Amino acid sequence: MIRFDSVSKSYPGTTRPALNSVDLEILKGEFVFLVGASGSGKSSFLRLILKEENPSKGSIHVLGQHLNTLSSRKVPYFRRNLGVVFQDFRLLPNKTVFDNVAFTLQVIGKSRGFIQEAVPDALKMVGLAGKSNRFPHELSGGEQQRVAIARAVVNKPAIMLADEPTGNLDPATAAGIMTLLERINLGGTTVLMATHDAGIVDQMKRRVIELIGGQIVRDELQGGYQTQAVPTQGRVPHPAASKPASATTTQAPPQRPTVQSSSQGEGLDA
Amino acid sequence: MRLGLILGEVGSGLRRNLSMVVSVVLVTFISLTFVGASILLQMQIGQMKGYWYDRAQVAVYMCTEIDTTGNCTLAEATEDQIAAVQQQLDSPTLAPYINEVQFETHEQAYENFKEQFADTTFEGIITPESLNESFRVNLVDPEQADVLIESLSGLAGVESVEDQRAYLEPIFAILNAASYTAIGVAGLMLVAAVLLIATTIRLSAFSRRRELGIMRLVGASNRFIQTPFILEGVFASLIGSVLAGGAIVAIVQFFVRGYLASTLPVNTSLLGMEEALLVVPILIAVGAGLAAISAGVAISRYLKV
Repeated sequence: MIRFDSVSKSYPGTTRPALNSVDLEILKGEFVFLVGASGSGKSSFLRLILKEENPSKGSIHVLGQHLNTLSSRKVPYFRRNLGVVFQDFRLLPNKTVFDNVAFTLQVIGKSRGFIQEAVPDALKMVGLAGKSNRFPHELSGGEQQRVAIARAVVNKPAIMLADEPTGNLDPATAAGIMTLLERINLGGTTVLMATHDAGIVDQMKRRVIELIGGQIVRDELQGGYQTQAVPTQGRVPHPAASKPASATTTQAPPQRPTVQSSSQGEGLDA
Repeated sequence: MRLGLILGEVGSGLRRNLSMVVSVVLVTFISLTFVGASILLQMQIGQMKGYWYDRAQVAVYMCTEIDTTGNCTLAEATEDQIAAVQQQLDSPTLAPYINEVQFETHEQAYENFKEQFADTTFEGIITPESLNESFRVNLVDPEQADVLIESLSGLAGVESVEDQRAYLEPIFAILNAASYTAIGVAGLMLVAAVLLIATTIRLSAFSRRRELGIMRLVGASNRFIQTPFILEGVFASLIGSVLAGGAIVAIVQFFVRGYLASTLPVNTSLLGMEEALLVVPILIAVGAGLAAISAGVAISRYLKV
């Protein structure tokens, strides 16, 4: 589904690569958390999958396509198989909920009939069936994120990328969003979610990939936000520390993290 | 469906950017009017050249008793000398260039002179003998007058060989200068128009950057993304082109056919509506083409994946 072969990504002007020789395989139907501090390479990772960036080294395969050689003319067609959700929702403020979701289908040339069927389905799936004529500013943050998710899944993508989808939401609302993502995953969609929300990661017990300084330091099935087996450097395991830069590697010498929200991952290395 | 969507985008872009669109319309209007005017001027020059050069002759003036210039020494050209020139004109070297030769005697020259200056008093001052006898030569190709001038100027009894086209040259030089000036102004204005279109499209794209971001994210094809912007630029400049076409037709109708045709001599050949209608599609094509190119370049950086 997604395969990285010793992928490195450096941005011009810096010596430190954003991603350093990453090897990875994500299979169909998996639900994967991508954790790590700000600047650890999570966003670069997602951007590489979207082919918004090209790797400096190594090769990337997504959905059977070799992204390194995918011509820019074909990139739009490739992206139609991916759904993306962001922390800041990115809805169009001047369009209704229905039109926001329909916009996705319109711009890839779907017929009016298809849109009339698919959009209400998607809205119903995310629990917004009655609000299709509202504007984004009339909705709560959780509802706006649901619209964004509806927009991401309306074209039935094989892979869903979520970049901190719960970052702006309170825990209860976030839990609702996670239930929704889980349901989407059960429908067969591979979900890859970058997050800082330790509580969610610990609770869901899914595969966890941790990045530090552009390298994969942990890849656990049913893992928690913090590793259980090997102590890693300087993580502040406080769920509230989800904001950037507060959790950095300069914190402390190697130590066993004092786990707060009990993470009971088995520490299985995948 | 898709077409409707694209046209809707074009419409909303034009409305959102109305003042810029109006300025694009005006600048393309003015620049293309200059382009059209310079094309018309060139056509007019071509037409006048064709008309006058067909009538322009090379005149070989023979000496009279009062001439001292050329090969003349105050002596009338003898019949032998005239025959020698005639022989030259008939010779195999010159004959291929020559269409027709007429000999104008003193009396004919005098008649022509009287006719031309009918309203002046020259009786007694000008006699038939003081006017040159001449050969009037129509060339096959008026451009090759130099051949005649070179081979006949040296003959005895020849006062001068004149290419009458030389009288027309200053007029054409002025018209040419005017037309090049128009082309220069048109070129500058076109540069301004192209840059203005590019700026307008960038502005339009900037005001729609959220939509563009989402379009790229969900996999709208590049063509789908760029088409509304290109159409927006083309539409604005088409309005300008059509206005310019209208201006050109109006210039020909009211200035050339109306004013010039009534003030200039009757037999002056002027441009007509056919030429004007030939220029209009050129203007529209230039306007639309330039707009499409500059809008396409302007939008391309929003398409990088």
